[in-house]
Amino acid sequence: MPEPLLHIRGLKKSFTTPDGGSQLIVDVPDFSLDAQIQIALAGESGSGKTTFLNLIAGILKPDAGEILLDGTDMAALAEPKRDRLRAEKIGYIFQTFNLLQGYTCLENVLLGMAFGAGVDKHFAEGLLKRVGLADRLHHRPRQLSTGQQQRVAVARALANKPKLVLADEPTGNLDQKNARESLALIREACRENGAALLIVSHDREVLAQFDQVQQLDRINQAAKTEATA
Amino acid sequence: MNLWRIVFKSLRQHALSTCVTAFSIALAGGLLMSVWVVKEQSQATFTGVNEGFDAVLGARGSKLQLVLNAIFNLEASPGNLAWSDYQDIKNNPSVELAVPIAVGDNYHGFRLVGTSPELFDKTEYAPGKKFELQPGGAWFDPARRDAVVGDFVARKMNLKVGDTFHPFHGLIFNENNQHSETYVVVGILKPSNTPADRVIWIPLEGIQKMSGHDPRAATDVSAVLVKLKAGSAIAGFQMDMMYNRQGNRLTFAWPIGSVMAELFDKIGWFNRVLSLVSYLVAIVATASILAGIYSSMNERRREIAILRALGARRFNIFTAILLEAATISAIGMAAAFVVYGVIVTVVAGVMRAQTGVVIDTLQFNAVMLWAPAALIALGALAGIVPALKAYRTDVAENLTPHS
Repeated sequence: MPEPLLHIRGLKKSFTTPDGGSQLIVDVPDFSLDAQIQIALAGESGSGKTTFLNLIAGILKPDAGEILLDGTDMAALAEPKRDRLRAEKIGYIFQTFNLLQGYTCLENVLLGMAFGAGVDKHFAEGLLKRVGLADRLHHRPRQLSTGQQQRVAVARALANKPKLVLADEPTGNLDQKNARESLALIREACRENGAALLIVSHDREVLAQFDQVQQLDRINQAAKTEATA
Repeated sequence: MNLWRIVFKSLRQHALSTCVTAFSIALAGGLLMSVWVVKEQSQATFTGVNEGFDAVLGARGSKLQLVLNAIFNLEASPGNLAWSDYQDIKNNPSVELAVPIAVGDNYHGFRLVGTSPELFDKTEYAPGKKFELQPGGAWFDPARRDAVVGDFVARKMNLKVGDTFHPFHGLIFNENNQHSETYVVVGILKPSNTPADRVIWIPLEGIQKMSGHDPRAATDVSAVLVKLKAGSAIAGFQMDMMYNRQGNRLTFAWPIGSVMAELFDKIGWFNRVLSLVSYLVAIVATASILAGIYSSMNERRREIAILRALGARRFNIFTAILLEAATISAIGMAAAFVVYGVIVTVVAGVMRAQTGVVIDTLQFNAVMLWAPAALIALGALAGIVPALKAYRTDVAENLTPHS
């Protein structure tokens, strides 16, 4: 049986509370995701979903546990190596898109490549054409609609041909029509690029699109504790 | 898309702050280079100007005043010396040439200097360079009321060959002190870039016997310009001993360059103050880079977090901020050369107008290398504080709020 693309074991992350105490935010005993599979995690606010994604992306370092991404334990790596692994193997779509306002659409995608596989302007243009922005390559984010900005974020997430795309409430800032279209685009683009997709959302319409939906509070013991407390 | 591109984007995004900071660097760099070059060039030029003479003999007084009066045509004459004193030094076997000069009159503020034709015939004001006349001119006849006009005076007073003028008494122009004598311009000097350009040269007797001058001083001279024979350095010491130590009537200013060097030693504190001011301006300008970038760090935190989320390492961000600071300095220093050009052109113009001495502002000076290098390095150094702040930016905290 092949190894899963992402395998998490005994993952724990706590934050210091204002009164000096420690609050466990993420406690995931076991979670895995196979290559090219698309999973949605259902989680409400406060369920630790962004922290969970940031841990997988190597933006945060866990207190304990393993995050095996394509055979490499992200949790055991020093920060520069986590940055490198993230740039090479992970695409991240944020709820607020996080596009750089001083850069054009094309430059935003190129930036996504700059710290990873290396800049490939032709491929970047192709991605933007694929998401329907062929005539918006040199527009700045503020010159685009919200839905168009989301598409730039999708193109940027795929810029390094990642094996895993993380999406944190990717439709949270979109209206219903745009949300539907955007989600379809993300799923299609991931499929075309052979990337697995891990999406977290509390939007039922989004979750309904997925065959595999898991409740975050079942995966994250800390969220369960929080909910029952 | 590399770090330089990110730096360039950031500079464009903060264009106003970039321009203001670069401008302050340009002013600081331009001022620093100007002060340095003007200081070195003026010292080199003033200590090098001697009109082809080794020494000046004059009345008892300050050597500096004597040199300023006789060579640079500045300052008042410390007094007269008798014709016999001129004859004595002229006949000294170690003296190759002794040229008497007499001052005391002016034409609209430009000094009239009475002298003998030897000044033009036998003197090289710089190695291989003799005074020359512009086409159509002639040297003055010592027996006539002729005048040879320096190039600067001719241009300022619009004097041409054939023009006539009445001198005014004293070294400072007063329209009520006009002499009755009429002088004819017989020649205009070619520019020599020396104090001679600011003088109207007339025969020695013209000054000595000008109406209204004391007839008892009709054979006196203001100073004697002395050129020693080659290899007569010992003669200089001997005359220094004879006139300055043993005698008490006359002053022998020798060597001229050393006398001027003493002047620069005396005003060395002023140079140091100027240098200090330019260093301080450079430090303030550098601090403005720190302040400019640091104050923008709050608005940049999200941008930095996004770059980090895209895979940029802390070191990449740190380097980008340092490069940005250094680039602002580099832009400023490029503009500093324009500021430098303007300042030294103005200073050189003023200096030429006041003294006739021309400083070579285009000559290479090491400050043109070390000042830009130092200010760019200082700029990069100033970037360390904001770069450290950028380095420490918490990605998760600035990317999205915790859920």
